[in-house]
Amino acid sequence: MRDGMKGGMKVLGPAAVVVALVAAPFIATSYVISLATGVLVLGLLTMSVNLLTGVAGLPTLGQAAYFGVGAYATALVARSWTQVGVVHLLVATAAGAAVAALTGLVVVRTRGVVFLMLTLAIGELTYSAVLEWDTVTGGSDGRATPAVSPVWGMPALRNDGLVYLWVLAVFLLLFALVAAVVRSPFGLALRGIRDNEARMRADGYPVTRYLLVAYTFAGGLAGAAGALWISSERFVSPSDIGFHVSAMALIAVVLGGLGSMWGAVAGMGLVVLTRDLVGGQFTGDLAGRGVLLLGLVFVAAVYLMPRGLAGLRLLTRRRQALAAPGSEES
Amino acid sequence: MILELDGVTRAFGSLRAVEDVSLRIAEGARHALIGPNGAGKSTLFNLIGGSLRPTKGRVLFAGRDVTRLPEWRRARLGIARTFQHSSVLLSCTAAENVLIGVQREAGVAARMLPTPRRRRELLDRCESLLETVGLSGRAHVPAGALSHGERRQLQVAMALGNRPRLLLLDEPAAGMSPAETARLLTVLKDLPRDITVLLIEHDLDVVFGLADTVTVLHLGRHLATGTPAEIRADPAVQSAYLGTAEMGELFVEA
Repeated sequence: MRDGMKGGMKVLGPAAVVVALVAAPFIATSYVISLATGVLVLGLLTMSVNLLTGVAGLPTLGQAAYFGVGAYATALVARSWTQVGVVHLLVATAAGAAVAALTGLVVVRTRGVVFLMLTLAIGELTYSAVLEWDTVTGGSDGRATPAVSPVWGMPALRNDGLVYLWVLAVFLLLFALVAAVVRSPFGLALRGIRDNEARMRADGYPVTRYLLVAYTFAGGLAGAAGALWISSERFVSPSDIGFHVSAMALIAVVLGGLGSMWGAVAGMGLVVLTRDLVGGQFTGDLAGRGVLLLGLVFVAAVYLMPRGLAGLRLLTRRRQALAAPGSEES
Repeated sequence: MILELDGVTRAFGSLRAVEDVSLRIAEGARHALIGPNGAGKSTLFNLIGGSLRPTKGRVLFAGRDVTRLPEWRRARLGIARTFQHSSVLLSCTAAENVLIGVQREAGVAARMLPTPRRRRELLDRCESLLETVGLSGRAHVPAGALSHGERRQLQVAMALGNRPRLLLLDEPAAGMSPAETARLLTVLKDLPRDITVLLIEHDLDVVFGLADTVTVLHLGRHLATGTPAEIRADPAVQSAYLGTAEMGELFVEA
């Protein structure tokens, strides 16, 4: 009986969230919807960071590079070839994954601070390359693109609500895919590598290869997020793919709780909410200083919820377990 | 011969942790490796498992030269091990810990999408392995919440999940309660003979209760190999332990 209710909650909770997300553009204001679109796009980037940092144990500061590769590849395709969103997604995913595979050959052999510094360098190099290579990227002016049309024959999306629904559809698909990968044998192997590499090698796992596959997958995911960025913004410039984007995603992962995918997206929601929705109200000397507030929220969050947003649920479960002794560990 | 060491040496700078050790272990043997601390036992295990490469000499597994093979490849050939210091995945459940080797052995470790029915089958195998080592009912507890003794039992289940041909056990009974040690001994005695066991152990009950052959290492060198009775009587072994007359004292942890 209780198991049945638990099982029901497991389906009902996510179903309610999906219904709310689909209904949102019919209820919320256009401004809120465009913020929500941003959260979904950057949420995918955050999931990519989380896959490496929370699941595989590799804290990275370079995922904005693959996000940028995806966004600029999409801008190129949109300006010179096609407005079809599905093509954008495929090209951006392939581009992100390819660059991640190449750079990954070097970085997944390193750990800890060296890994962090290398990924930081990849992010900075990509930023500089985009800035300098202005014949292709438009340099600091960035690149504007025409509106996206999700599939062949569909009109271009100019309405914020419709763009949101397109982004949401792709987001849900990719979220389900990532959630499946985390639950797969490969996902367990990544968690094993995070916990104890020596053990994994002794059990027959080629650790470096597994991490390279994870790194490539995460790069493809960040690339796909780049394509959606173009769908929603119709513009990309170097500042959209700079260090602060990687840092924001890492902060969102920590806020959300390492390893939890819905937590990562919720963490990015909290970041955008703090920086734009609340920070955007600042006037006078504080105008445009939403990032300061973000810093305060981060410090407070790390103190108050060391396991992030996803940890809050864990906490209520533990309380329930304490209230009913022996229900958790017997 | 399941395992042959041919003049294996491993130097760390000027220190020779293992020097010119040759050893042949027959398939199905229960072979114990003993010697005081610093004798090079764990280093020898690392050379067999592949986490260290020998400076000199060759390692042959089932007739094949594996000296240059990386650790994970040797594991796939059938060498499984437990570590001296409990080495488990602390944030994963006990069942997931065992699943690591079980899913790898079943050839599905690299699958990136879940296969619920297969997973159920494999988890059943994990649970029966956990039961074998005395951890029934603990399958869903995170390894980090297990006691020290339980983690050592878990390590044995993890190694068995690989369906090894050669099982390397580095002090499996260290820190176990007498009841747990007795249980471990039963588990090891019940292992099928197609699994060869090579163990490092200080606990005399385990060594003489299980081993049909004993090898003594001393300061990185091979000192003697023989049946437990021969080893007890060997004067070279006794003098290596600085004139200790009583064999029991040889095994007291320094």
